[in-house]
Amino acid sequence: MKAAAFEYTRPATVAEAWAQLAASGGMAKPMSGGQSFGPMLNLRLAQPESVIDLNAIAGFNGVRDEGKALVIGAGVTHAAIEDGRVADPTRGLLPHVAANIAYRAVRNRGTLGGSLAHADPAADWVNTMLLLDAVYLIDGPRGRREVASGDFMQAAFSTALADDEILSGVRIAKCGPGTKFGYYKFCRKVGEFAEAIGAVLQDPSRGVRRAIIGATAGAPHLVQDIAAVLAGDSAAIAAEVRAAGCDEPYEFQMHAVALKRAVAQANA
Amino acid sequence: MKTINLTVNGQAVSAAVEPRTHLADFLREHEGLTGTHLGCEHGVCGACTIELDGAPARSCIQFAVRCEGASVRTIEGFDDDAVMTQLRAAFTAEHALQCGYCTPGMLVTARDIVLRLPHLVNDADEARIRIELAGNLCRCTGYQGIVRAIQRVLRERSGVPGAA
Repeated sequence: MKAAAFEYTRPATVAEAWAQLAASGGMAKPMSGGQSFGPMLNLRLAQPESVIDLNAIAGFNGVRDEGKALVIGAGVTHAAIEDGRVADPTRGLLPHVAANIAYRAVRNRGTLGGSLAHADPAADWVNTMLLLDAVYLIDGPRGRREVASGDFMQAAFSTALADDEILSGVRIAKCGPGTKFGYYKFCRKVGEFAEAIGAVLQDPSRGVRRAIIGATAGAPHLVQDIAAVLAGDSAAIAAEVRAAGCDEPYEFQMHAVALKRAVAQANA
Repeated sequence: MKTINLTVNGQAVSAAVEPRTHLADFLREHEGLTGTHLGCEHGVCGACTIELDGAPARSCIQFAVRCEGASVRTIEGFDDDAVMTQLRAAFTAEHALQCGYCTPGMLVTARDIVLRLPHLVNDADEARIRIELAGNLCRCTGYQGIVRAIQRVLRERSGVPGAA
């Protein structure tokens, strides 16, 4: 299908983008890489009055070193992360995840920030950012605010972003030596959205041990009893999968196995 | 309507487009470049894959209006390209197409694989080539021949013997 008619603007600064968002009365939608939004427009699942193209905004596709953390700009593409063209604070996790998002032609255009703001539960970055406990940097007419990883995604396709705010980037702490991760996703076909995601991060240098269950019906679930899950305790894993809302037998099985496999990878 | 200025297959193009017109429709209907095929129109099938600023992209989910200043290369723009010449010969030799609908997208993706991953020359690399090809669907199910054609070019270019 073809997209319904929309107005198009291409602001050069974030401030211009806010002004256009505010002026639209909620009827405009920002577009970054457009690799999810483009299909939604073509399928007419989205019919905004206007599209605000963020691609021309300077500084969106850079990385800033803050010492103990890196800020990755929202406009950085999956392919840039896959290829190591931007610095990786995670000792391999980000490129590993990026390389398995959709297809190369999509990764060349799709962006980190676009994927996060879209907040598809089955997409990789919303799940990875919770695993990494990333901080979301959000800019709007009322200034900058920082949102914790667990507070950004509120439900499927719903985030903490207000109508006139734009996600500028994420701050990710640098992982230390000895970092191990596991990331396992079930896809029916290479490149499709995941049916289930399990992911684990262990960074002894910072005392970090986290795991998530993703591709749920909503926001990802942060594993609570991390010691038991890392020890491979089946009852604990089952309890976490149920806490993630994955009760239906098929869903339960897929998510439990994804988490177990991620644990095995991270313990290897 | 918005006026855009871009380069298509090396030629400067200036055109007025509606924002909702995607790049593939622009190329086909405004530029007459019907080598770019449309299958699913939502970024899944890969038939419309073209080169945008030097890297493969889906032209069906890229709006033409966003391509101000961009450089676009369609299948018609690869006539004199050395790698594409090798791929065309290999696609013929390995029977890598039947109806030809997916072929323009397949060739653009195949060229990217050959140039970006030149080390995939061993038999064991077939699985990786298939993963890289997963974003291009062939409904004649000609994957066997397509994979062999890509392997043939990878091996030709690396000087590894064993091109079928």
